[in-house]
Amino acid sequence: MRDIRLNEFDLTFGQKLLQLNWMFVVLLAATASVGFAMLYSAANGNLDPWASRQMVRFGVGLCVLFVVALIDIRVWFRLAYFIYALALVLLVLVEVKGSIGMGAQRWINLGFFQLQPSEVMKVALVLALARYFHGASPESVGRIPFLLIPLLMVAAASGLVLKQPDLGTTLMLIMGSGAIFFLAGVRMWKFGVVIVAAMGAIPVGWQFLHTYQKKRIITFLNPENDPLGAGYHITQSKIAFGSGGVSGKGFLLGSQSHLNFLPEKQTDFIFTMLAEELGLVGGLALLGLYLLILIYGYVISLQCRSQFGRLVGLGVTTTFFLYVFINIAMVMGLIPVVGVPLPLVSYGGTAMLTLLFSFGLLLSVSIHREAPIGRRGAEEE
Amino acid sequence: MQWDTDQYKLFGRRTAMLAGGKLLLLSTLVGRMYYLQVLQADRYKTLAEENRMSMRLLPPPRGRILDRYGIPLAVNEQNYRVVIIPEQTKSVKETLLALGKVIGISSTESRRILREVKRKRSFVPVTVRENLTWEDVAQIEVNAPDLPGAMIDVGESRYYPDGYETAHILGYVAAVSEKDLTGDPLLELPGFRIGKSGIEKVHDLILRGTGGTSQVEVNAYGRVIRELNRQEGKPGAEIKLSIDIGLQKVAVERLGEESGAAVVIDIHTGDILAMASTPSYDPNAFNRGLSTKEWKSLIGNNRKPLNNKAISGQYAPGSTFKMIVALAALEKGVIGPEQKVFCSGHVELGTARFHCWKKRGHGAVDLVQAIQSSCDVYFYEIARRTGIERIASMARRFGFGSSLGLDISGERSGLIPDKGWKRAELGEGWHQGETLLAGIGQGYVLATPLQLAVMTARLANGGEAVRPHLTSSIQTDGTKVNKEIKAVKNIGVNSSHIELVRKAMNAVTNIPGGTAFRSRISDQRYAMAGKTGTAQVRRISKAEREVGVIKNKDLPWEQRDHASFVGFAPVDAPRYAVAVVVEHGGSGSKTAAPIARDILLEVQKRGAVSQPGQDQPMIDQPPIPERDA
Repeated sequence: MRDIRLNEFDLTFGQKLLQLNWMFVVLLAATASVGFAMLYSAANGNLDPWASRQMVRFGVGLCVLFVVALIDIRVWFRLAYFIYALALVLLVLVEVKGSIGMGAQRWINLGFFQLQPSEVMKVALVLALARYFHGASPESVGRIPFLLIPLLMVAAASGLVLKQPDLGTTLMLIMGSGAIFFLAGVRMWKFGVVIVAAMGAIPVGWQFLHTYQKKRIITFLNPENDPLGAGYHITQSKIAFGSGGVSGKGFLLGSQSHLNFLPEKQTDFIFTMLAEELGLVGGLALLGLYLLILIYGYVISLQCRSQFGRLVGLGVTTTFFLYVFINIAMVMGLIPVVGVPLPLVSYGGTAMLTLLFSFGLLLSVSIHREAPIGRRGAEEE
Repeated sequence: MQWDTDQYKLFGRRTAMLAGGKLLLLSTLVGRMYYLQVLQADRYKTLAEENRMSMRLLPPPRGRILDRYGIPLAVNEQNYRVVIIPEQTKSVKETLLALGKVIGISSTESRRILREVKRKRSFVPVTVRENLTWEDVAQIEVNAPDLPGAMIDVGESRYYPDGYETAHILGYVAAVSEKDLTGDPLLELPGFRIGKSGIEKVHDLILRGTGGTSQVEVNAYGRVIRELNRQEGKPGAEIKLSIDIGLQKVAVERLGEESGAAVVIDIHTGDILAMASTPSYDPNAFNRGLSTKEWKSLIGNNRKPLNNKAISGQYAPGSTFKMIVALAALEKGVIGPEQKVFCSGHVELGTARFHCWKKRGHGAVDLVQAIQSSCDVYFYEIARRTGIERIASMARRFGFGSSLGLDISGERSGLIPDKGWKRAELGEGWHQGETLLAGIGQGYVLATPLQLAVMTARLANGGEAVRPHLTSSIQTDGTKVNKEIKAVKNIGVNSSHIELVRKAMNAVTNIPGGTAFRSRISDQRYAMAGKTGTAQVRRISKAEREVGVIKNKDLPWEQRDHASFVGFAPVDAPRYAVAVVVEHGGSGSKTAAPIARDILLEVQKRGAVSQPGQDQPMIDQPPIPERDA
């Protein structure tokens, strides 16, 4: 009986391809195409230097996505802790001998590729936490000692990333993990305690922030304070945003963007450029695409039989949501500028690869939704 | 292991809550977008336009100043300068070094340039040197391949073709200072110049014109992307002066090295045909920037080149004032035309003794003889009889004692003393001796060369109260506005008295024995009448008088007498009046009269300029050089 069952859950390559959620891939491609268009506009109507390279990266990323998706979810289950450990080691490594970029140690140069361990950690932490909470009984989740190990995992990861320093990624790691804790059934009051404790720690933590980070937060709280200095980015971004109006100034016609009033228009502030050129309509359309991706994420996750799959799916979806929310809120002046790119749209290879890797996991969850996973990775008894 | 129903329920609830939270956050994003792009759209649209647009002012060309025949006196010259655009060269230092080999750049200059390069954005040209010569321009053009980033740029700067001769009339232009700012945005343009004195200052507003605007699109670094809209300004108005530059040059040349002034005026219209003040200076030097040494030599010169002596120099008029005294006496009736006064060489008043310039005396002289030989005793006597009040009143009618309202600034009022003035200013009563001194144009009496010229004009035209002016017409956009010449009042002096005085002035120059007989114009058509004046600037002591008064040539320059001469011509039908004052020039007959004679002869030869409708001189008109239009 065990043999037959096993065959039932082990799909052939062809079956897997059929099972792949192609609509989701189309959705991703559509969103990335919006990015190509905006990068084309950012270069004043040229494919070079950004749009063409972004297309290549998306292509490479799609290959990664397919490979990841076709690998059995149980393999990912078994590798979860290993990947986490690897990410941790890379983070330590980058601390020891990383190159200097943007005043922070973030990259490991692999020759052909700039590896950013903090990005790897975004995926690794989701995998590790999902595995840890997989099949945990409500009683065990209720016990505080049981929560110490996952808390340590989060603390080690976010601590190392914060030290780089990369405030944006740190926040994403903590919030993403929080969502998994939440889904795993950790009691609400415990979140309350942590939040209150975190608030209490803000004055202490403030002293550990770098000057530029402090400046960003002060600037956020009062951008008009220094309109030509650090507040310039936020102010100009809001002007570009607002001046787009409902219908926008037209593709390639954003004055704020093309006359360089808008900073970082091809990376972090690309949503501003889109809103300036295509207006509220364009902005809402992209938000709509993102919402569809989120809905797919939820549907795929909830269709999965295993708790691991569900947690990985929702974890990945939440991380994606955090990208979207933090970036857009940041360029509209709702939260401080923390340097989080707009997923699938902003120019940049690392984030694109991380995202498509995690969407690969999501698709793997989708393909292997019927696969049962035991406590230790074996099929359920 | 299987989940129980409770577990599923918990998971489902948590998932729903998480999803709900995300939806909530996404709606805040939508709300924010709505706020920015719908509610605040107009505000941000304006801000974006303000970001994008920049108004550039286009300075209008400054109006030209011409002489009465249209010869340009102040023009705008193209000024070649070499600039460096830092972004067009790999190394500003190397370009500067290479440029230094061509035009020679001092280390101070190069430090200044490098400092400016650091301060400005890399596409903003930095001036290396202005006012390049043609050779320099050619050298730079030839070496252009070795001078990346260096460029020849053309600007406009004011140029005065006859700067030395016209400096005091035209004034000069200079950079705008803090207190000149009036809100006209033109004034805030870097390098903009405004009139600082003379005609340039008085008519600055109309010469300046109105600035044009160019609306440009700029990027965040201020670089101009393209021009959106352009509105040409209005060039400044062209101003025609009453000055005849040919005559002006003769006057300046004739005064030569002397420190003095000469004014030629049309006795009917008040047109100033020449107004010279020497030594002068080159206003073009002000425009290119004076060195400290040049500036020190200008202000340290005891002949005061910066001073317009024609209107701001105040001198004791000496004997040139005697016509006024004579007219006052005739009007009061204290002396008849033929009545004589005996001159023994001096008169006594109380304990004081008043000397005639001629120690041995003139004997008995009447009015004409007294003026012809400039007898001082005669005038002591009639001044005593007339009284200071009558003399002062006559002097004021001829334009003394107050400014004449000339259309450039710097005019001084001179001084005509009377009893009220002395009490108010010095707190003392009037002494009769002072009346005697005023009778020969000394003591407190002060007059400017311009006032002397106006007095002469009013004598020559029979008492018409002409007022002097320099501006004859203003041409804006093809419409020419002539300076309106107000109908002048007569000063109400008996014409037979004026006739008598003119006869006396004729005797001065044209009858042997006259003080300026040697300087007469023998050609009857151009004959002039006039009066010499020699004013002491030092007190001659009794002891000196006994051993003999020291000759002027033996005195240091500062102690020599001021020499003056006033005259008009032609004698029969007067048209021009002239006044010449030479500071410490010795005697009026020796120094001032020959200069005045030459000027009067020149102005008559140059033509009948005061005839209405006549714009061209009839003879000796120099060809008008072709200058930039």
